[in-house]
Amino acid sequence: MGSCGGGGAGGGCQSECFRDREGDEEDSLRTEDLKRCSGSCSGDQSPANDGRGLCNKCREIAAVYNNLCGACFRFSLYGKFKVAVTSNGMISPTDKVLVALSGGPASRIALEFAHEMQLKAQKSWDASKDQALPVFGVGAAFIDESIPLRPSEVVQKAIEEMRFRVSQLTPPPKVFHVASIGSLLSADTKDGTGLNALLETISDATGKEDLLSYLRMLSLQKIALDNGYSKLVLGSCTTTIACHILSATVKGQGYSLPADIQYVDARWEIPVVLPLRSCLAEELSMLCHLDGHEIHQVFDQPCSGINNLVSSFIARVQEENPSRARTILRTAEKLRPFHFNRLSENLSYEMLPSRVRRKLQTAANAEFTPSELLCPICGGPLTESDVTRLKSTVSKSSRRHEAFAAHCCQSCCSQILPKELPSLEHFYSLLPVAMRGRVKDAASPGNHWLRDQIEDCLLSSDED
Amino acid sequence: MDAGEEKRKRSAGRLCCLCKGNKAALKRPKTLEQICKECFYAVFEEEIHTVIVDNNLFKAGERVAIGASGGKDSTVLAYVLSKLNGQYNYGLDLFLLSVDEGITGYRDDSLETVKRNEVQYGLPLKIVSYKELYGWTMDEIVKSIGLKNNCTFCGVFRRQALDRGAALMRADKLVTGHNADDIAETVLLNLLRGDIARLGRCTQITTGEDGPIPRCKPFKYTYEKEIVIYPYDLCIYSPNAYRGFAREFIKDLEKIRPRAILDIIRSGENFRISNSTKMPEQGMCERCGYISSQKWCKACVLLDGLNRGLPKLGIGRARAP
Repeated sequence: MGSCGGGGAGGGCQSECFRDREGDEEDSLRTEDLKRCSGSCSGDQSPANDGRGLCNKCREIAAVYNNLCGACFRFSLYGKFKVAVTSNGMISPTDKVLVALSGGPASRIALEFAHEMQLKAQKSWDASKDQALPVFGVGAAFIDESIPLRPSEVVQKAIEEMRFRVSQLTPPPKVFHVASIGSLLSADTKDGTGLNALLETISDATGKEDLLSYLRMLSLQKIALDNGYSKLVLGSCTTTIACHILSATVKGQGYSLPADIQYVDARWEIPVVLPLRSCLAEELSMLCHLDGHEIHQVFDQPCSGINNLVSSFIARVQEENPSRARTILRTAEKLRPFHFNRLSENLSYEMLPSRVRRKLQTAANAEFTPSELLCPICGGPLTESDVTRLKSTVSKSSRRHEAFAAHCCQSCCSQILPKELPSLEHFYSLLPVAMRGRVKDAASPGNHWLRDQIEDCLLSSDED
Repeated sequence: MDAGEEKRKRSAGRLCCLCKGNKAALKRPKTLEQICKECFYAVFEEEIHTVIVDNNLFKAGERVAIGASGGKDSTVLAYVLSKLNGQYNYGLDLFLLSVDEGITGYRDDSLETVKRNEVQYGLPLKIVSYKELYGWTMDEIVKSIGLKNNCTFCGVFRRQALDRGAALMRADKLVTGHNADDIAETVLLNLLRGDIARLGRCTQITTGEDGPIPRCKPFKYTYEKEIVIYPYDLCIYSPNAYRGFAREFIKDLEKIRPRAILDIIRSGENFRISNSTKMPEQGMCERCGYISSQKWCKACVLLDGLNRGLPKLGIGRARAP
C-alpha cells in the first residue's frame, strides 16, 4: 500500500491503494481515476495488480495477463505468428498447410491462428475483383502413439474432441487426419507390438523418447505427402525450442542444432515451419485458457532421462529470470544455419507482396553449401568427424545394418543404436522402410552429394 | 536365470574389464567400466598424455607455470604433469605458481598445501602476492572500500596475477587445472546468458596463443570425479561444494549419463559460430602493457582509483580516464 507515492486521503493518486474505501463507487468513475493516475503514479501496474489494472495497449479493459487485456494479448500473439509467417514466406497462396496437433496448447493455437489467417485470406479473395491469388488450404493431423502401455480411451476421447474442434473451424472446411506411428512399421500389427519391439531394442530411456519423436516426424511427413500438403506447421514455441537447444547440447548435437531451431526447415520432403517460435509456452497456455480451449496432454507422460532433466532445469531458470528461454534461443540463433533453413528455392516471389519479397531477398543469411550428409535416424547434418568415420567404415561394412549404422551421427550411435551386432541387425529389421531407405537413397547414383563425399571408398569397393 | 548362473555372472563382473586379471575396485565415473586400481591410474594418466600429445600443448624446453591454488585440481595437475614429464621426456621446466591475495586466514591452508607440493613433487614454487604486484593486499582494499564490490577487485587482480607472475618468472606457458565439468558448465552458462563470442572460445584447450603467455588446460577431458578419486587412493569422498545451479545440473546429468559431460564439450567444439561474430579486440594497456580491450586494463583502472582515494572508480558504469 502506498507504493505509488500518493499521499493521504487528499493525495492525487486514487488507484488500488484506496480501493477498500472506494469499493462502493461506480466502475466508470474508478476507470477514470485509473486513467488519470496512470501517468503520474510511479507504482507498477504489473501482475501485482492481480489483473485489476488497465490494459497497457487499449487502456479500456482490465488487463488479464502481462499488462494486456484478453483481446490485446491475443492480438499480440497473433501478430507474432503473422510476422513469422510473412517475413519468412512460410505460407504462400498456393500452399496446402498441415498443422500437427499434439493435444497441447501450442499446436492448438497454431491451428487457430492458421485458420484465422486463412479466413482473412478467404474474405479478401471474396472481396477482390480478379480473384487472381488462390487461398491456401489448411488441414490438421494427430499422430497416435498409442502403445499398449497407454490408456487408449483417453486418447480416443482426445481425438474425438480434436476432430470436433477442427470440424468447427469453417469456412473453409478442414480435414483432420489421424495416423499411428505403428502404421509406419512393416512388422507392425494392429496392437502396436512392432513399435514396442523396436523400442525394446534400445536400452537408453532418452534414446527411446528421441526415436519416438523422429518417428512422429516421419508419420507427419507421410500424411502430408499422401494428402498433397506442401507445408507442415509445428507448434514449437520458444520454451520447447530452448529445451531442445539445451538437450541437443547435452547429447553432443551442437553441430546439427541450428538446423532444428530455425523458422524454416526444408530438409524434409515437406518443409517444416515453426511460426510460434517467438511465443513462450506460458503465453500460449494462457491464451488457450482465455479462449476456453480444452487441452489434452495425452502423451504428456512423465518423461525420464535427459529430456526430463533439461525441461525441469529450464523451468527452474525461467523462474529465476522469465526471459531466460528467449536468451537461450537468441544465443543459438547466432549459430550458422544450414542451406536448407530457407525456402527461397521453392518460393514463387510473384505470389508475395513486394514488401515481403524485399525482406526475403535480403535475409538470405544462411550459408550456401551445396549439400550436407544427414543422419538417417535424426536427420541431423553430420560433422566432419562423422563423415571421416563414415568414409573409413562404409567400405568395410558389407551388410546393410552395418552400413546403416555407419551413416548415423555420433549421438544416435550412442543413445539409440544397439551396441551388439545381432541386436543391431534386429533393430534395423524393425525400423520403418522410410528410415532405412534414407541410407539406400544416399548411396544411389541419384545422390551426387554422398557420392562426392565417399567417392574414394566407392571406387575402392568397385575395384575389389 | 538360476541363482548359480547369476552368482557366476556377478563374480565375473567383478574382474577389471581392462586387464581382466585383477579384481575391479571401482566403477570408473567417465565410462562406468568396472576397473582395478592400477588400470584406473594408468588410463587416467594415459588420457592426459594423449590430450597433451594430440593437441601439441607443449614443446620441449619450455618453461611451464602450473597455476596452483592448493585445491584438488591443481594439486593433481602438478603431480600428473611432473610424472608424465619424467615418464615421456617432455623436456619441460615445470614450476608451481600461486597467488596470495593477502586475506588473513583465507589462503593460509591452501598455501600450506602448495608448499607441501613443492617438497613432495620437487617442483619450485613462486608465490606472487597482491602486495608485491599491486601494492595492496585484499585486507587493505577492504579497509578502504568496505565489503561491497571487493570481489570485483579480487577477481580482476587474480585474473592478472597468474599472468603477471608467469611473466615475472619468464614462463612460456601457463597451465590451469580446469576440468571437463568446469568446461561443460561454462558452455551451458554462456548459452544461458547469450554470450556467443565466449561460447565459441570457451572449449579451446589453449587460449591466448597470440599473447605473450598462452594458457592451456590439460584436464579439458578429465572428469572432476576422477580427479577427486585419483589422489585419495580410491576414497569415495566427493566434495559437495559445487558451484551454482548449472553445476548441479551437470552433476544430475552425469548421474543419468556419464558421457553427457564430454558430449557438452563436443557440442561446444562443434557449434557453428558465424565467422562474423565479433570478438572483443585485444589491445595493450597503455600503463602496464597487459592485454586489454580498453586504453587501460581493468586492474590499472581499479588501482588508479585506489591510489587516488577514489575506490569506486572502475566499478559499475564509471569509465576509464
